[in-house]
Amino acid sequence: MRIRIQFSKLGKVRFTSHRDVARIWERALRRTRLPVAYSEGFNPRPKLSFGLALSTGHESGAEYLDIYLDPDRVGEDLDVELLPALLSAQLPVGLTATAVVVIDRRMPSLQQAVTSCTWQIDVTDVDVETARGAVERALASDSIVVTRERKGKQVTDDLRPLVLSVEVESPIGEGVQNDQSVRLIAELGTQPRAVRVSELLAALDPPLTELRVHRLHQWIITDDDQRTDPLAVAAPLSAPVGAK
Amino acid sequence: MAMGTKSADLAPIWNRLEPLLPQVQKPARYIGCEDGAQTPQHGPGIVSWLLTYPDTYEVGLPNQGLQILYEIINERPDGAAERAYAPWTDLEALLRRERIPLFSVDTHRAAGDFDVLAFNLSAELTFTNFLNCIDLAGVPVRAADRGDADPLIAVGGHCTYNPEPIADFVDFVVLGDGEEVVGEITELLREWKRAGKNAGTREGLLRELCKLPGVYVPSMYEVAYDGAFIAEVTPRYGDVPATVEKRTVADLGDWPYPKNQLVPVTEVVHDRLSVEVFRGCTRGCRFCQAGMITRPVRERPAEQVRDMISQGLRRTGYDEVALTSLSTADFSGIQDVIASTIDDAGCDRVSVALPSLRVDAFTVGIAAEIQRARRTGLTFAPEAGSWRMRQVINKLISEDDLYGAVESAYSQGWRRMKLYFLTGLPTETDEDTLGIAELARNCVELGRAHHKSPSLTVSVGGFVPKPFTPFQWFGQNTVVELGRKIDLLKENFRRTKGVQLKWHDPRATLAEGIASRGDRRLGPVIEYVWRHGGTFQEWSEHFSYDLWLEAMAANDLDVDWYVHRHRTEDEVLPWDHLSAGLHKDFLWQDWRDALEEVGLEDCRWTPCYDCGACTGYGIEHVVASATPPAGGSQGTGVDLSSGGSVPVELQTRRTVGAATP
Repeated sequence: MRIRIQFSKLGKVRFTSHRDVARIWERALRRTRLPVAYSEGFNPRPKLSFGLALSTGHESGAEYLDIYLDPDRVGEDLDVELLPALLSAQLPVGLTATAVVVIDRRMPSLQQAVTSCTWQIDVTDVDVETARGAVERALASDSIVVTRERKGKQVTDDLRPLVLSVEVESPIGEGVQNDQSVRLIAELGTQPRAVRVSELLAALDPPLTELRVHRLHQWIITDDDQRTDPLAVAAPLSAPVGAK
Repeated sequence: MAMGTKSADLAPIWNRLEPLLPQVQKPARYIGCEDGAQTPQHGPGIVSWLLTYPDTYEVGLPNQGLQILYEIINERPDGAAERAYAPWTDLEALLRRERIPLFSVDTHRAAGDFDVLAFNLSAELTFTNFLNCIDLAGVPVRAADRGDADPLIAVGGHCTYNPEPIADFVDFVVLGDGEEVVGEITELLREWKRAGKNAGTREGLLRELCKLPGVYVPSMYEVAYDGAFIAEVTPRYGDVPATVEKRTVADLGDWPYPKNQLVPVTEVVHDRLSVEVFRGCTRGCRFCQAGMITRPVRERPAEQVRDMISQGLRRTGYDEVALTSLSTADFSGIQDVIASTIDDAGCDRVSVALPSLRVDAFTVGIAAEIQRARRTGLTFAPEAGSWRMRQVINKLISEDDLYGAVESAYSQGWRRMKLYFLTGLPTETDEDTLGIAELARNCVELGRAHHKSPSLTVSVGGFVPKPFTPFQWFGQNTVVELGRKIDLLKENFRRTKGVQLKWHDPRATLAEGIASRGDRRLGPVIEYVWRHGGTFQEWSEHFSYDLWLEAMAANDLDVDWYVHRHRTEDEVLPWDHLSAGLHKDFLWQDWRDALEEVGLEDCRWTPCYDCGACTGYGIEHVVASATPPAGGSQGTGVDLSSGGSVPVELQTRRTVGAATP
């Protein structure tokens, strides 16, 4: 049985790494005593599958995690609707399970399925006009070429096809004290690879300085260009819980 | 370098720290958020302690001593405890630039706002970090420069049994177990704080602190020198005790702490549940300071151990538990405890780690129990390569004991393990050193019967003589000599398949040697190394050998005299006015016995040698079993697994293992 958890990562705990969050989840699941399935082999690990890594320091309202439960040990009484509260109680402040659905085991993994993410990006030390100019120039160009190091070699990529949209919001809104800050809302593609926010900001002219970043959505873009979120692939509610 | 005044900015520390964290490595070190963390109330009638480990968060968080005190203080209505760790160099630079002081990770409160900054010092090479933390707190590093409003600087932990090298920087030292005395200190400080910490009262408070058993106030003692030697150490006042005795908790069963072990949100060095199964060790290894200063043996009741394991695992979600002590396989009924942990249905797939194992108590039975869940790393510490050498250091394990343990492990599925040795031991010859290679090769050979490519890591550390051990009189090997011995081993292992040799930098061993048996004249040396940027000396990439030599020279101190010189019986040692309960004549006799290659059995199962640790304090060993754990020879030369028992003879000294195995 496979369940998909949506969770948020906010506040101080945003400074934990992707790997830290995986470990936190492993412990939380042991504490809830959910019958998580384990891998075979010399060093059995719980079968968890995380979506796209969130950079250390970034917040998110849209993180996902798939868990495989051991069908032989899932009780009749497992109520998926109760799981968000049960799991959140075992997580540190700032990590909160917001929804849990049962999904078909044959569904593609989160990494395969998710095609883009929407980001809220606060940048600093810049005025609105400068930021708007940088964004408009990028969107107007045919390519945004970046060079990065991969396995010790310089690799050149064009980010432009993966920059689906960028909007400059102004004023920045509550919670950000610096009036030299501007909020961007950007949708960045994740296939064949995920564009990082830092890459986008560095590729702009002039480059912008990241202040605070928040992942708002992860999207699965369907063939007819509709966006659905990763929870929408939930098995029909009528499916009996515990069915393989 | 000094911060000078306290932070001028009144904004909460967290708000100022937060924008810096994206700029540093591993920012999760600084956020707290652990399960088990507390947010204590501060106030006029409440004594606030900042429990500080002067190394990184990953190294410091698992420290059980600080976690125990954290809970005990916070349970008190008049106490509040938070925690701090040394910021890594990247954040330190930003903190200094932004004038942000050292802070607690619990509520991000400025260190200078606490009544006491209490440091756990478990390694001498953290001394410079200790100074750096005081400075980052905005507190003068020298005790003499502190005012009434400054926090008190307290230290405890194994290296503070000789606190003389850091005496200039410390207001008070706690010797021994802290569980009881921390409350007594809190009560004294509460009254002082209630009275308003008035001008001139700090001295009076320190004098009151002296009266608490286990508390040493260096400034209340005068050290007189006779040339290079110490003539005497005398209390300044009649009511200051001439000798400060360590504190010892009689029954560990009364202190089931930590009850809520901290579970960090980021990875730390020992990321698992820890349950202390006993404290103290009477195996009597002569190089081992921990074994000597923590006597007597006090076992936790097995039932309490089981409860702490099962409740701890359920609460934390950890899948590994370490049973900690100085020699965990000696715990009475160890096999039952491991079996019941692994069988506990609520503790699904739990692995058990035994971080400190003696080979003569490690049996197939224990190996079989551990590996049922998941095989954890196995480290055995024969310490020396020849039986002669092991008699000198009183690590009385025979080659057969070692091979038996290694065979048990290989046969139960372990393919790799680690052996730990010391080099530079008293009377060590090249034959003894090369015995390490011989033992290692034989061990790997045993593994070949069970695995295609068994592997063995041989880790060699340079020996540093420590205070309150029989080897406190021994002149440490030089860097050159240690290097030569390591080279001998490197050469010898060159064509050995399956053995990986690792060694500790002999230059770091030297620096540790300087601090380990130093006196108050070392204060300026430690301060010099710190002021010249020598922090994180435990980290090889930051260790600055030249700075230590430079600091010694700058203060006209002779490295040879402090480190490489054998001490004589009549010499006043810098720590003679402190006591770990051990009689000095017991230690001296044990030193003579060492040189004569005379071993001494474990006093848990033989008559008392009157070392002083029990008799002086009117306490006793607390062991559940009158017989030693099964298996091995327990230093008797008798195969206990085939029904032998430890012979009890009414002699205070006897030669054991006369027949070389």
